[in-house]
Amino acid sequence: MSLSWGKNDILAVVIALFLIWFMPSVIGTYTLTVLIIYGMLGLSLGLIWGFGGILCFGQAAFFGLGAYTYAIAAINIGESTFPMFLAVIVPALFAALLGAMMFYGRLTDVYLGVITLVVTLIFFKFVNSTAGPQYVIGEARIGGFNGIPGFQTLNIPGQPDEYIWGDALYYVCAVSLLLVYFFVTWLLRTSFGRIAVGIRENETRVSLMGYDVRARKTILFSIGAAIAGLAGGFFANWGEIVTPGLFSLGQSAEIIIWCIVGGLGTRFGPIIGAAGLAYLKFLLGQQSFIDNTLITGIILVLFVLFLPKGIVPAAVSLWKASFGKRASRKNTHRRQARNMAQREGRPNG
Amino acid sequence: MVETVLETVGLTKRFGGVVASDNINFTLKARELRCLIGPNGAGKSTFFKCVTGLHAPTEGQVFMRGQETTRWHPHEIASLGVGIKTQVPNVMDGLTVFENIWMAGRRFAPSREAAEKAHDVIDRLALGAIAKTELGHLAHGDRQRVELGLVAVADPWLVLLDEPAAGMTAEDVERMSQIIHELTRTAAVVIVEHDMQFIRSIASTVTVFHQGAVLMEDHVDKVMSDPVVRNIYLGRKAS
Repeated sequence: MSLSWGKNDILAVVIALFLIWFMPSVIGTYTLTVLIIYGMLGLSLGLIWGFGGILCFGQAAFFGLGAYTYAIAAINIGESTFPMFLAVIVPALFAALLGAMMFYGRLTDVYLGVITLVVTLIFFKFVNSTAGPQYVIGEARIGGFNGIPGFQTLNIPGQPDEYIWGDALYYVCAVSLLLVYFFVTWLLRTSFGRIAVGIRENETRVSLMGYDVRARKTILFSIGAAIAGLAGGFFANWGEIVTPGLFSLGQSAEIIIWCIVGGLGTRFGPIIGAAGLAYLKFLLGQQSFIDNTLITGIILVLFVLFLPKGIVPAAVSLWKASFGKRASRKNTHRRQARNMAQREGRPNG
Repeated sequence: MVETVLETVGLTKRFGGVVASDNINFTLKARELRCLIGPNGAGKSTFFKCVTGLHAPTEGQVFMRGQETTRWHPHEIASLGVGIKTQVPNVMDGLTVFENIWMAGRRFAPSREAAEKAHDVIDRLALGAIAKTELGHLAHGDRQRVELGLVAVADPWLVLLDEPAAGMTAEDVERMSQIIHELTRTAAVVIVEHDMQFIRSIASTVTVFHQGAVLMEDHVDKVMSDPVVRNIYLGRKAS
């Protein structure tokens, strides 16, 4: 692996640009925008869980924190650029603090899950109880279960009256997701990203190599929270209201299901899992015959039983099995030839 | 005078009422090869874990190249240039042999240089044919060898190996002792081991542990012929 861009990356850009242009003719941009936002949220957990091995039950906390940070800052500042920046920074700092507490305290696996879950719950309970007029940050009332409506939405930087909404918001979100995707791709190719994968595989070995695992996990956790916060900021702009429901356990569980269904350990899987399941939920929401969550639950069970690696890894192996035969056979020949050469070059082989 | 690279003073580890390591004074010179032997429960592995930072000792001190490292974290000890291999193979199963070795080299060198070093070690350990295979697919002996590669690529000056020959075939063991001899050209090596065949083939000096304390310390041949050692540890089989 090298840090330079290869054929696959160019292909990914072309396909992504095509989809950004094409999808609005299939699904309305209003729905598409939220699917993209969920995709970004899915990717944030996909990064820290799929590549860093950190199973966080509280990714919704960072999402909600991003959304609330944006809303509160937008009311106080009145222009969207700096609030969007804060929507990324505040969750990242909070995650760095929480992560440092957990990772330097040597919490792993189940305990980490419990703590992140409880933190989400605390946010949910706290924000729900802030209906009174004493809960004010600057000019913004937190508003309890009613949430915060009526804040300044996304505008062209420096021009508070030029709103970015509708189709324009869709394009901004789509391009942002593309940029985040390539940021994650780049990160995973750096030494930091490769060592993060090493930590996922065997924490003890990586620390015996001389790496400070605690610091590295904290940084990765914080990066994941920053991406979730960015998604939260966009979500606030899309919904034009933020409510405590963002912090709900249901939301947290859904993000985990997105990653499992889409495919852990891939970058594209969590995005497709998030967008796909969210769209399914949207379609099911238009009928009242079967309960929505029941369907999501059944899908999760079916995937765990029959496609435990998720959609993307399964699709990749299907592709290799049917179309990749010639290429892989060629590679096998090449590998055999190389092995033979190596064996001949070795005295005892 | 040859430099002392590892020294423990009165190292003691208690688990509740059990004294696993009792007042151990141990010295190792640069480029020395030393085997630690003893029956199960003699305290070899506990001593090993206290030195590598996997356990914190109850009492006593550890010095590496004169610097006190008592109660340091494993990653801090490894950062000094100490290569550690634990009893249970600790490798990254989902990654390739190359990626495993590269990562160990990356700690002390920039990415590109680490890659060159990794290729070098892969050649030296004859891992070329499996360089792109994931560790999870490899046989036990190959995994052990890769783990030694992880240690070797970082150019350590002190190497601590806990049962490197465990569960390996005779051919693997022979290859392993070659690699270890190669390591002693630049590093002092401590090996915790059960396999007497293996110890005979590599060792010069042996430290015998018994009931948490050091029983004796001498050349392998003298230790093997010592009646006390044979009684407590080797039994009739070794004669």
